[in-house]
Amino acid sequence: MTLHQAIFTAIFAVSALSFLFSCYQRLQLVSIGAPENRFDNPAGRLLGMFSYAFAQKRVLARAYGFNHFLLFWAFMLLLVANGEFLLEGLIPGFRLAAFLPAALGHGLELLFDIVSVVALGCVLVALARRLFFPPEYLGNDYTRPASGEALLILAMIAALMSAFFLLNAANIALGLDGSWRPVSSAIAALLKGLPSSALEGVAGVSWWLHALVLLLFMNFLPRSKHMHILTAIPNCYFKNLAQPNTQPRETFEKGERYGVSSVEQYSWKDLFDSLTCTECGRCQDLCPAHNTGKPLNPRKIVHDIKVNLLKNGPALKDGGTGILPLIGDAREGTVCEEAIWSCTTCGACTSVCPVLIEQMPKIVKLRRHLVQEKAQFPEELLNLFENMEQRSNPWGIAPSERTKWSGQLGDRTFKPGESEYLFFVGCAGAFDSRNKHVSVALATILDAAGVSWGMLGKEELCCGDSLRRLGNEFVFDKMARENVALFKEKKITKVVTQCPHCFNTLKNDYRQYGLEIEVLHHSQLIEQLVESNQLKLTKQSRQGNIIFHDSCYLGRHNDTYKAPRAVLKAATGQSPSEFERNQENGFCCGAGGGRMWMEEQSGTRINLERVKEAMKQPLPDTLCVSCPYCMTMMEDGLKDLGVADVVRVKDIAEVMAEAIA
Amino acid sequence: MLVISCIKQVPDTTQVKIDPVTNTLIRDGIPFIINPYDSHALEESLRLKDRYNVRTVALSMGPPNTVATLRKACALGVDEAILLSDRCFGGADTLATSKVLSAAIERLDKQEKVGIVFCGKQTIDGDTAQVGPGIASRLGFSQLTLVDRIESIDFLRKTIKVRRKLEGRHEIVEAPLPVMITVVRELNRPRYPIVPMRIESQDMEIKVWDNSVLKLDAETVGLKGSPTWVSKIFSPERDQGEIIGNGINDPIGTASLLIDKLLSKDLLTI
Ligand SMILES: Cc1cc2nc3c(=O)[nH]c(=O)nc-3n(C[C@@H](O)[C@H](O)[C@H](O)COP(=O)(O)OP(=O)(O)OC[C@H]3O[C@@H](n4cnc5c(N)ncnc54)[C@H](O)[C@@H]3O)c2cc1C
Ligand code: SF4
Ligand code: SF4
Repeated sequence: MTLHQAIFTAIFAVSALSFLFSCYQRLQLVSIGAPENRFDNPAGRLLGMFSYAFAQKRVLARAYGFNHFLLFWAFMLLLVANGEFLLEGLIPGFRLAAFLPAALGHGLELLFDIVSVVALGCVLVALARRLFFPPEYLGNDYTRPASGEALLILAMIAALMSAFFLLNAANIALGLDGSWRPVSSAIAALLKGLPSSALEGVAGVSWWLHALVLLLFMNFLPRSKHMHILTAIPNCYFKNLAQPNTQPRETFEKGERYGVSSVEQYSWKDLFDSLTCTECGRCQDLCPAHNTGKPLNPRKIVHDIKVNLLKNGPALKDGGTGILPLIGDAREGTVCEEAIWSCTTCGACTSVCPVLIEQMPKIVKLRRHLVQEKAQFPEELLNLFENMEQRSNPWGIAPSERTKWSGQLGDRTFKPGESEYLFFVGCAGAFDSRNKHVSVALATILDAAGVSWGMLGKEELCCGDSLRRLGNEFVFDKMARENVALFKEKKITKVVTQCPHCFNTLKNDYRQYGLEIEVLHHSQLIEQLVESNQLKLTKQSRQGNIIFHDSCYLGRHNDTYKAPRAVLKAATGQSPSEFERNQENGFCCGAGGGRMWMEEQSGTRINLERVKEAMKQPLPDTLCVSCPYCMTMMEDGLKDLGVADVVRVKDIAEVMAEAIA
Repeated sequence: MLVISCIKQVPDTTQVKIDPVTNTLIRDGIPFIINPYDSHALEESLRLKDRYNVRTVALSMGPPNTVATLRKACALGVDEAILLSDRCFGGADTLATSKVLSAAIERLDKQEKVGIVFCGKQTIDGDTAQVGPGIASRLGFSQLTLVDRIESIDFLRKTIKVRRKLEGRHEIVEAPLPVMITVVRELNRPRYPIVPMRIESQDMEIKVWDNSVLKLDAETVGLKGSPTWVSKIFSPERDQGEIIGNGINDPIGTASLLIDKLLSKDLLTI
């Protein structure tokens, strides 16, 4: 054994052990989390892992993502080159090429050489981006775009590539290596004049530089945001195969705990998520609460969970208690209550995260603790909670008033075995004076198309959406069980709703309660009726310029972007114009997640921000919505902006009703 | 020291209708709630428990289904809930109601001295505001009505100082314990039950005291012991409403029509 080999073997052994130990420590921290089954359906999981981790689907959704895509694949390929390098250090003279046919060996040399240039280029682009034109969302109150950590990592990669080239170039100049490395050869040409002792020196220094930086890099990974290099791929494998935004059920029995107040109450996957965050800032960029000056930043929530886990985890693992509270003030590692209550559960964060982190459900888990174990929530919610429990609607209006809007339609009670569709009117559709018009419009459309439908009338209960998003799972659970029993008793198989919140709750949340029926949002049913020619349009609905605002619970939570647009196009003869932020990137109206029932204390108003976005050229005459909450928020926003008499808000059903009148 | 809250289960008045033929309440399918003022009475007893570690009892007279309301009190944290229920207690007016409640309070007082009895200012169905004062005079307790703030309690001197909310002014008064206090809504904000307590309350025993326990003369309680008779209940006639103006299509015109209308009826002064 040479001295060189002996020293390297020793260093390698120490750093490999230290690396493995760090990984083990981190995984042990993850294991203190509550159990959650993310092991089913391996085929589906592999598929997800392939498209999100290897094909970088979400990463590529933004232009800059291409740089990451290249770097990722360069890394994957160079993993082989670095493996060869390490083995060569341990077993002098080891060459991968020796085990391969000559052509393949040369091909690999060529590939590694080119890929290293690409990697170096990507690093320079990344460095320039962070230093000279950082997007606003890279930084926040706990980190900067050009943070020491980010720069160190980039510098390490750049050093690795440079050392790699110098080493190969020196070897080529020494005549030890073939000419299948064009970039290295070009550098070798520059070294030509040097005496061979100098070349050997260059080779030696480069080799050791490469070796040391490589081992350092490896050891740095688990201790930095670059942990994601190790965790992102498995995190995509363990993605939520169901609706990631549908919160899990809780069991209500003596001795149970509810929600999360200490980090070990999160599931292991929540904790694994926190170690996977790349700090890319995309969720921060889209979050409506963050954008309007609320103290909520989904990225910081994930970061706080990680900081809290690292701080409290070791003690909690040994059965002790943590020292850093998870809920409290706004310091790193702690989430403040106002942040928890600021979330509109719009799902922008979960649907943009390139590594499939589920931020929003983590916020709801904190709410669950506050509501159910502490009864600690914004004052305004007390009335809501009591009205819901007492009268099954947010306003506390007598259930006998539920059918008032349909006075002129006669008796429209759902008849089991006779009515095809249940029209689940929803609380807003039944009680809110503006949204009652939408109920009438939808009823008119259903009648015009000859659909057989009925309602539950005063037997209809609230679906419980707001309660679930607000963390009042106990009351939601009761309401869900009552509703599901009612649906089963009435033998309901098809439901149409005019509210995306009812739609989503009946369709996705109630599935957890064994209700598997066809649930359609009115945009979907109207689209079907138009397509099948069952609904005959008699004239063009004249609305002037239309702009369409996506509802989060229809769009992002249920991937329904096309139907409402198709309905508007059919009714008016033209496609609606779009907000700058639309579809997956849409911007919430501000009312989801129970925010409808709360005051907006800090920052600017979300609905105002949204209507301002609508007021661009050509100015819209009609702002179209597909959700009762959006209706209220957009109308209020336009009023606040002083343009309510210029732009009106209409539901897609109202627009369609005017095409059949 | 024992702190008692008297709570009555009442029909949810937003949903109460009166049968136009029989002139009685249509109680079918109407949900019952805890009388809103009483939830403030209950809350105040719980606050004293939190602060001074006193024992709290919730007391209600009513039919057997009143158990549901008492269970809610348990979920909020009372130590004990007692239902006073007997066929012969039925149909009671304020006189008979306060008699039964007083008898129960006396019985409790024998086990542990009663310091404070909280009642609501009034109920939303009977509306008399007499039961609290009735209890106080029967038991010889100090009587503090319309309380919107407890200023202080002196356990050594056995006195309590409270603020009463009167029309246009407040009054701060002190009285010796034991005391009967009727409360107004401004007193506090009732708490929301936490889930572990709700689940706990499912198994809590709710004692039922019938007349074999209270041993009152059956002629002096319930319908028989009630000198008040309700001769007639009716909903006042309301004029048919009318829709004026052109709604959201002409908000300004509609608003001025409305103002004219209010002015013409002398309902607005300028
Ligand atoms: C429609 C109607 C019909 C009635 N019919 C009759 C009738 O046929 N005969 C008759 O005698 N009376 C009748 N009453 C009156 C009677 O039922 C009173 O409602 C009852 O005696 C209590 O009086 P109150 O509700 O006015 O209580 P209030 O004096 O307004 O209540 C004050 C406080 O006393 C306490 N309190 C009152 N009642 C109870 C209770 N049961 N348990 C625990 N605490 C309590 C609560 O803290 C309450 O906030 C009728 C009332 C109504 C509305
Ligand atoms: S769900 Fe929406 S409001 Fe809530 S944290 Fe995510 S992006 Fe922000
Ligand atoms: S949570 Fe996801 S989207 Fe947000 S910063 Fe981390 S990796 Fe990016």
